[in-house]
Amino acid sequence: MIWNSLNDFWAMGGYGLYVWGSFGVTALCMALEMVWVKNARAQALSQVATELAAESNSKEWS
Amino acid sequence: MIQKLFFYASPQNFYPLAGKLWPLFAVLATALSGWGLWLGMFVAPTDFQQGEGYRIIFVHVPASWMSMVIYLVMAFWALLGLTFNTRLSGMMTKALAPTGAIFAFLSLWTGALWGKPMWGAWWVWDARLTSELILFFLYLGHIALTSAIDDPRRADKAGGILALVGALNVPIIYFSVKWWNTLHQGASVSLTKGSSMAQVMLEAMLIMGIAFWMYAVAIALYRVRSIILIRERHTQWVAELPEVKAQMMKNSAGGAIA
Amino acid sequence: MSAFLAIVKRDLTLALRRKNEVITSVFFFVVVAALFPLGIGPEMNTLRLVAPGILWVGALLASMLSLGRMFATDYADGTLEQMALSPNSLSWLVAAKILAHWLLSGLPLVLLAPILGLQFDLSTNALWVLTLSLLLGTPVLSLIGAVGAALTLGVRGGDVLLSLLVLPLYVPALVFGAGAVQAEISGLGASAHLSVLAALALVAAVFSPWASAASLRIALES
Repeated sequence: MIWNSLNDFWAMGGYGLYVWGSFGVTALCMALEMVWVKNARAQALSQVATELAAESNSKEWS
Repeated sequence: MIQKLFFYASPQNFYPLAGKLWPLFAVLATALSGWGLWLGMFVAPTDFQQGEGYRIIFVHVPASWMSMVIYLVMAFWALLGLTFNTRLSGMMTKALAPTGAIFAFLSLWTGALWGKPMWGAWWVWDARLTSELILFFLYLGHIALTSAIDDPRRADKAGGILALVGALNVPIIYFSVKWWNTLHQGASVSLTKGSSMAQVMLEAMLIMGIAFWMYAVAIALYRVRSIILIRERHTQWVAELPEVKAQMMKNSAGGAIA
Repeated sequence: MSAFLAIVKRDLTLALRRKNEVITSVFFFVVVAALFPLGIGPEMNTLRLVAPGILWVGALLASMLSLGRMFATDYADGTLEQMALSPNSLSWLVAAKILAHWLLSGLPLVLLAPILGLQFDLSTNALWVLTLSLLLGTPVLSLIGAVGAALTLGVRGGDVLLSLLVLPLYVPALVFGAGAVQAEISGLGASAHLSVLAALALVAAVFSPWASAASLRIALES
């Protein structure tokens, strides 16, 4: 273990802002992307289901 | 073997395969990132010249690599799609583009955060960063073009041509920027230091690179499933999918209550 | 060959009837070349330094302005479809259209550049290199631009999208074009840059008509 304390780890020898700014934004972007694809799937399922329901309804009436 | 490949070229067959595969890639991505970050943040020593700030390479370099790899893979799918006229190729290209763009952005962002403490400026017109910026523009252009065209087949093919033209141009762009850069600066600045990197640092970087790759594959496979659902929504097999039927039940239940 | 020349002649005739197309590009170039010094300041040493870049970017943007119109009018009135159906190779006809576009939008910039270069106090040799670099470079811009124009044919927001697509691809031409002039000014000699530019022009001339024709077919069949 190369860090003497949690504070040292956090400070990153003075470069803390840059290092954690990098890792943080990377993690954030990945998390947001995961949320995005999940939402896209929910939207896709919703759209498909709605259209299929509309189709079968119109078949009933015709 | 070839028949197997053509079997999966149909969206109907690829959909369940992607569904089974993406969790595996997600697990690999998580495990490898854990290992890579462990090596990079807790084992790799302090750099002699750059102090602790160099640790940014553990996300910067993998992001750069992935932004380039994904673009090449997009071009590959584009070539397949234009040659064999397969629908799935266009869908895969569409699934990959946003992830590639995000990695290009991250490469630029982390590059700036590395540059500021090292060279004193948030941005330098280093050949690699500049090429990365242009790659980012190429991604945005691709996403813009495929979003602007309403007809999905035309969007696929147009995007395919653009991806191929872009891929052929990327080496030319890179070398022209390199030329442009070296003629104008005195001391050359390099993102990977001249001194040979400690073994552990290189190892951590490579592992993170593979981790990002696994992540990209997982996300692309997950995303392509949604694209397939929408594109193939008028087919019988989509109508019979359990998740679609479940959604229809949910919708009609909601309707009954309302 | 006769079909090729016929298309060139046709495009030139049509464009010259609506002269504003040619004039707009040229006017834009002149205005941009005048705007930059107004933004940067009249200090001649600075202007001499930035002149190659400014003049090249100005020419690049001016050339890009008219790209949208390369195929749009023919697409709208059905001529493009006729061209695609004709026994002549579409790539060949597209090459003719690109040549016409260059004659209307690129060549005037080449001829105008030395005059504008005088505003930046460029030496005679530098002016020669500037003209030569634009002579080699503007065809590259028309050729690459044609692919973009074909891809965005009939798409909503096409013009802005076209710029976004085509500008990154313009970078090599810009780097070597402006670089040639800078090399001449700094005494290093522009031959290497100009050779690369010539090579780019050759490669673009071979691939672009074919890629543009493929893109046009995609637009036509939808």
